[in-house]
Amino acid sequence: MEEVDVEPAVTNIPSASAGKHLGFAWGPGDILVYETLYKRSGASQSGYPFIHEVRKDEDIYSPILRKLFNESHHIFVGLQTIKEDLPSKNKKPQFVSISKNYRSVIRACMEELRQVAVSSKDAEEAMQSGNQVSILLAIELIWNLCEVLFIEAAPAGSLLLHLLDWVRLHKPVDEKTREVLQSESPAEHHDYWDVVLGYVLQGRLEEARQMLMKQATLQPAARSMFKLMDTLLSKMPFYDPSGTQTLTEFDVKWRHWHEEVDRCLQDNSFASNQHLELICKILVGDEDTLLEHKELLSTWYHFLVTRLLFCHPTVKPVELHFYAQSCMTMFLDPRSVPEPLDSILLAAFEFDIHQVIKDCSIALNNWWFVAHLTDLLDHCKLLQSHNLHFGSNLREFLLLEYASGLFTHHSLWQLAVDYFDHCPEFGRVYLELQIERVPLDTERKALKVLRICEQRQMSEQVRSICKIMAMRALRNNRLGSALSWSIRAKDAAFATLISEKFLQDYCNRGTFSDLDLIDNLGPAMLLSDRLTFLGKYREFHKLYGEKHFGEAAKLLLSLMTAKIAPRSFWMTLLTDALPLLEQKEVIFSAEQTHELMFCLEELTSSLNTITPGTDRPMQEEDIEVTKVELLRLALARNLAMAIVKEGTVEA
Amino acid sequence: MACVNAKYVSQKISKTRWRPVSHSSLQQPDIFAAGSWDNEDNKISFWSIGNYGDLGMEDGFEGEPQLLCEHKHDGDVLDLQFLDQDRIVTASSTGAVNIFRHHHNSQTISVSQHWPRAHSYPCDNAPCTGVVCSSPEIVTVGEDGKIIVFRADHEGITRVIENADSSTIHAVTYLRTTEILTVNSIGQLKLWDFRQQSNTPSQILSLSGDRVPLHCVDRHPNQQHIVATGGQDGMLCVWDVRQGNTPFSLMEAHSAEMWEVHFHPSNPDHLFTCSEDGSLLHWETSSQSDMPSFLQGGRNNSMLSRSAMAPAGGNQSLINTWLSGDSSKGRLETSHMLPSQTLSVNSLDVLGQCLVCGTDGEAIFVNRQVSV
Repeated sequence: MEEVDVEPAVTNIPSASAGKHLGFAWGPGDILVYETLYKRSGASQSGYPFIHEVRKDEDIYSPILRKLFNESHHIFVGLQTIKEDLPSKNKKPQFVSISKNYRSVIRACMEELRQVAVSSKDAEEAMQSGNQVSILLAIELIWNLCEVLFIEAAPAGSLLLHLLDWVRLHKPVDEKTREVLQSESPAEHHDYWDVVLGYVLQGRLEEARQMLMKQATLQPAARSMFKLMDTLLSKMPFYDPSGTQTLTEFDVKWRHWHEEVDRCLQDNSFASNQHLELICKILVGDEDTLLEHKELLSTWYHFLVTRLLFCHPTVKPVELHFYAQSCMTMFLDPRSVPEPLDSILLAAFEFDIHQVIKDCSIALNNWWFVAHLTDLLDHCKLLQSHNLHFGSNLREFLLLEYASGLFTHHSLWQLAVDYFDHCPEFGRVYLELQIERVPLDTERKALKVLRICEQRQMSEQVRSICKIMAMRALRNNRLGSALSWSIRAKDAAFATLISEKFLQDYCNRGTFSDLDLIDNLGPAMLLSDRLTFLGKYREFHKLYGEKHFGEAAKLLLSLMTAKIAPRSFWMTLLTDALPLLEQKEVIFSAEQTHELMFCLEELTSSLNTITPGTDRPMQEEDIEVTKVELLRLALARNLAMAIVKEGTVEA
Repeated sequence: MACVNAKYVSQKISKTRWRPVSHSSLQQPDIFAAGSWDNEDNKISFWSIGNYGDLGMEDGFEGEPQLLCEHKHDGDVLDLQFLDQDRIVTASSTGAVNIFRHHHNSQTISVSQHWPRAHSYPCDNAPCTGVVCSSPEIVTVGEDGKIIVFRADHEGITRVIENADSSTIHAVTYLRTTEILTVNSIGQLKLWDFRQQSNTPSQILSLSGDRVPLHCVDRHPNQQHIVATGGQDGMLCVWDVRQGNTPFSLMEAHSAEMWEVHFHPSNPDHLFTCSEDGSLLHWETSSQSDMPSFLQGGRNNSMLSRSAMAPAGGNQSLINTWLSGDSSKGRLETSHMLPSQTLSVNSLDVLGQCLVCGTDGEAIFVNRQVSV
């Protein structure tokens, strides 16, 4: 047994009180639970007649999240078509932009959910949306960090700039800041300094300077002090990855600035203004000062980035995990257990991709996030060929799980098809098994499913779907439709069955139904012998109806001599020949008449061998006998006429 | 492509239709109806693209379509047509035919007429696949091969043609006020004349040989003998129903089922098709003759909608560009109208300069600057 990472969650089945026994069956995305017929001795209560469906993933049924699934499907398909042969240098910007696309979809979804959470009158809906917003928020946060660390793979120098952007994006201008900025005199607002500090902590020094300017005008006495702070802030060097400056040059410059700030602190330049002194302490990167303002930083990773900004701006990716670990221990209450989000982010800082994916899989209740992220990272060649002892690899495993979940949805199943397509090892098998189980209510839906199968040469499934549709048509007595479906499936056996039905109908009623179809069989006629016969026989009737007797006779005869017609139908065919034999002019030549006679003899001899066993009523037998007599007579007369005619012409 | 607006709507869209506009106001359409399919609860909905005195008309920046109201619909919406300004007729996969009324003032929808199981088998539902109307007459077709005629104001059924087709009838359109045209799943077009009492088609046209199912049909708005159809193989066929029983021209269009084809109602040199392969094509025959384009067909239709009949006797003597058009000489141009898309485009409608289409990717696309 493998150890369990987290204790599994308990789901209570409403009807199952103590002592009841439950059975269950796995589905692709959910479990069916039912009470089994188990009676303890003495107990006599009856079973509970319900089957419960236990769903792991409720998100799939959220109308707003459906947009996320649909939009990301589009991005996913786009990602799969990126050429393999492009040099990896050219690919990176593409991957980054795809990652950004995914994130913007998440953000759009989040905005919509947030509006629902705010505007909804239904308290439960509002709460649910609120929860989903916070989940999406966390997802986006993680994704963004992964993008910076793994996909962008920023080197020292620009790494910090990316991390700063990351923190700024996820701690946007809050309510407090807005309030201060909108007040009549921001500098006198009681939250003024919090806002200034907030700017400094995020490295938004331009904004901080502007804010300080407002304060400076109120305190003309301290003007020089404000001026000094303004100079310090404006001089703080930031690395410019596109510039010509090397990292060492930047480092020297930065150290120089840092020493200057430190000097200001030492000689108590700001001693008379505690706020400015505080800012100065932050600029010099004083950890204790930073930790005193936890509420402004709000999270340990903000603390981390701020600390890096003012202490180690040239941090290398490999060093990150060390700072991250120490910031987390410093920031969080040692007695509290870290939240899943914290450990996921920490794992990311440690560049442990697999741990990130694993923790996310456990913490989140659907596969959307891990499947798409893993796929993207896999395309960036960041996942080692980490083969699982089940399935193929991690990417494929997660995609299959996600797609199977989609397939259980009555409407989203169409999206899943493309995901299966891009799972090289097991995708096809999954698709084959699932596609056959899509309920087909209308022909239009059947056609869509068929198209999916035909595009992938899944002939087995094509046959089965056509058969379902053909059977349904047959049940509703729509022979034409049924035949069309079996022709599409190239299902010869079924086509034979339906052709028999048509012939039976004809024998019973004396007319063909569905002429529009039978007259236009074309090459499809060759699918089965019986169908060929049906088509040809109808052709005979058409020729006869159009009074092309010669051709009709030839066709009729060939149906029997070429053994296209089933033996059981010969009598009907011979009877059909009667009116042709009785025509005034000779239609069957002597040779043809001979052949007809031969057919009749063959038929009667075989009938004679069978008849003794059967107990058909005498009357019917009589009719048969009379028919044969009549035929013999007609044939003989026709033969005589034909011989005479042929003789005279030749003479 | 710049002015295409996409809106994700959380339901697979099977049909989209513009509300007709009266010609007097020279307006662009501003409201469309959409129907969904394959959902647990299907819906019909009305959307506004908000043209009312918008500021952003010039720079092409306008908001996305806004939902006005929606109503539950039993079964998939397999077809949707406007009967008039505020009533729509829907064809349901349950075999029912419904008329819904859209109340503009309160933005609500109510059922104004309902024919349950209009199309049906003795012990099963038969989906109603197509509907066409010319107020007050409504004609529907179904998988059961029946053609049924209703009148919007009568509860009963006006006429039924049983066994009109041995296979599924996929679509229907008016050819003239008393004649309709149906296409079926074995590649045939059948003409039905309602003046005759017999239950047999007055004419059958068919694709030669391979019996490719036809899924959609549209008639040229001015020249009633010209008809375009689209089939399972994605081929666009143009037919002249007066001449011959085979298509006049065949053009390769899509790589999968063509779900809808529409002539532009006021500028029929343009034609639009959409398909299961996820593409939407704009076809244009450039009339290179000296003839000014305003002679190419009367534009003074009383209603710019397919559901309305064009005035009879459009200039028949002019050779239609679709029939003279010869794609090999490059007189026919096609262009894609959607960005790359993988899931089926199920429906489209075009009116004036506006085009709307709905997809299985649960998106509605609106293009307000179609160059026609």
